[in-house]
Amino acid sequence: MERRDYLVRKLFFAFTTLVVVAVFNFLLFRILPGDPVRLIIHSPRMTREAQERIRATFGLDKPVWFDGERFQEGDILGAFDSQFTAYVRNLLRGDLGVSFATRQDVSELLAERAWRTVVLVLGGDVIAIFLGMTIGLIAAWRRGTPLDTGILLFGLFSWALPTFFLGIILLILARGHLPTGGMVTAGLKPEAGLLYWADVGEHLILPTITMGIVYTGEYILIMRSGVMEVLAEDYILTAKAKGLSTFRTLRDHALKNAMLPMVTMIALTFGYTVGGAIQVETVFSWPGIGRLMYEAVQKRDYPVLQGSFLLLAVSVVLANLLADLLYSVLDPRVKAE
Amino acid sequence: MQALKQFVRKPMGVIGAVMLLVVLLIAVFAPRLAPYDPQERVQVTPDDILAPPDAEHLLGRDDAGKDVLSQLIYGARVSLIVGFTASFMSMFIGTTVGLVAGYYGGRIGNGLMRLVDFLMVIPDLPLMLVIIAVMGRGLLNIILVIGLLGWTYTARLVRSQTLSIKERQFVLRARSIGAGGARIILRHILPQVLPLIIAQAVLDISVSILAESSLAFLGLGDPTLISWGMMLNFAFERAISRQAWWFLLPPGFAIVWISLSLILIGNTLDEIVNPRLRTHHLFDARRMVALAVGESAGRRVSEGGQDGPFGCA
Repeated sequence: MERRDYLVRKLFFAFTTLVVVAVFNFLLFRILPGDPVRLIIHSPRMTREAQERIRATFGLDKPVWFDGERFQEGDILGAFDSQFTAYVRNLLRGDLGVSFATRQDVSELLAERAWRTVVLVLGGDVIAIFLGMTIGLIAAWRRGTPLDTGILLFGLFSWALPTFFLGIILLILARGHLPTGGMVTAGLKPEAGLLYWADVGEHLILPTITMGIVYTGEYILIMRSGVMEVLAEDYILTAKAKGLSTFRTLRDHALKNAMLPMVTMIALTFGYTVGGAIQVETVFSWPGIGRLMYEAVQKRDYPVLQGSFLLLAVSVVLANLLADLLYSVLDPRVKAE
Repeated sequence: MQALKQFVRKPMGVIGAVMLLVVLLIAVFAPRLAPYDPQERVQVTPDDILAPPDAEHLLGRDDAGKDVLSQLIYGARVSLIVGFTASFMSMFIGTTVGLVAGYYGGRIGNGLMRLVDFLMVIPDLPLMLVIIAVMGRGLLNIILVIGLLGWTYTARLVRSQTLSIKERQFVLRARSIGAGGARIILRHILPQVLPLIIAQAVLDISVSILAESSLAFLGLGDPTLISWGMMLNFAFERAISRQAWWFLLPPGFAIVWISLSLILIGNTLDEIVNPRLRTHHLFDARRMVALAVGESAGRRVSEGGQDGPFGCA
């Protein structure tokens, strides 16, 4: 029953966070300096009528939150006919607006690119988790030895290395050997079946390796620190006193207990992982959500920026929720706070 | 202080400190060291664009014909300014929030921690990216964005420390003689938390510098300044096809240099402050037992269960 309370609490928190993110998203793009209409059409010689027409199309002629006048007139429902209500309504319908640059539906744009980012992030993260946890455990176990120092230095170094710069270095090194940009070689279509997907896979190698290296370094440090804390606990001394072999102590006691904070940290750093994906996609021109955001920034395509941010934030919130659920399964001591 | 003596004994920390000193000196003496003034307009011929290194331009020229080495030298200033200012801001906010939430607890504490949780969940780079895209590029905006979003980890850290410290003898004694909240926090709790904060601050500076360089690389840096991230932005867009490694690599290595120096220092400080990370049962059981015995004998050993920067909550 306590676990259920915990889950309900976490769900509620996730829900409120999503609401806050949605409202923040709305606010952010309403406080843009300058006239939003001007952002759409860059000509300074726009006539008044043209401005009004554009305003109407995008619903910018309505008040932002609440129409006081209509409320006083008795039109209570009409009083809520504001930009904010339109935003919420559209959001719930899955309508995220239209790209300024390509006139394409933002939701469509996001839907077609989302899986590319997922593949990249998942691939890199899974590799990083396995490698990071194993190497981190070894480093902690062999605390103080040159092996530990070497591993620690690798971890610290990869923390200091900006993700995009690692991408650039790998790009330079792999030039000529592996594809360095885009998702497929020009001209190849999905109809080509296996050939197409093999090509995609080839293009995926460098970006995934980049992600992998960066996050392996980070997870090594987290795991190492976590395991060291666990190994300093009294029950480890008990295990040793009992005559338990090092291997069994590590596996049955250290690993299990270090896993819990590790899960929390993986979830917490997932936001950082997503940020890394933006950088990697930009460097390797991998056409995912990250690259989309980069291009949208350059083109000042605000609806796309807004939509991608929303999508990324929502994903991270959900990932954290998942981690909380996982945590409650792993840790039998979980109680309602 | 005793901590300083410990610090000097650790090679990693000393190396980090030296590396940092180099950057500081370069930044301070930039006008003297840089062979050219990066802001100065120069007449360039097409041959000068992305020219490889030669005697007059030790690191060659960039895509606009300007000297790369000078830009690299001046870039140190931006990184340091952003790093220290943003970090100071976030440490200040984080420490205040952490102390208040930890000491007063109750509704205020919970409320503050909810806020911390909100901010922690939202992904950093996308949020910063979106805010700067809307608010406009500029040094102040960058510093604000990094500083106002980076305090959450510190807040959690400080709060958990405060929670354990406030139950200690000397705090209870101070309260019993009627000392008020602010006084207790400032005179009793803060000094205890300070070593942890300092270790965390150093790491925070490196995080801020990396954040600035990422934002600059993605095209959101201050257009009136040269930062290493911005150099990489230009280099990536214009120099990569020409394989102009002299423009592509030095800024990146510079970023690594300064981040690494801060991380080495910070990690060493953290090891000093957090004794649990020094050794463990499977490695040196005898020492561990000795430490434990020392603890129970009443000697003041720092409290366990602290968070390291890469540690667990």
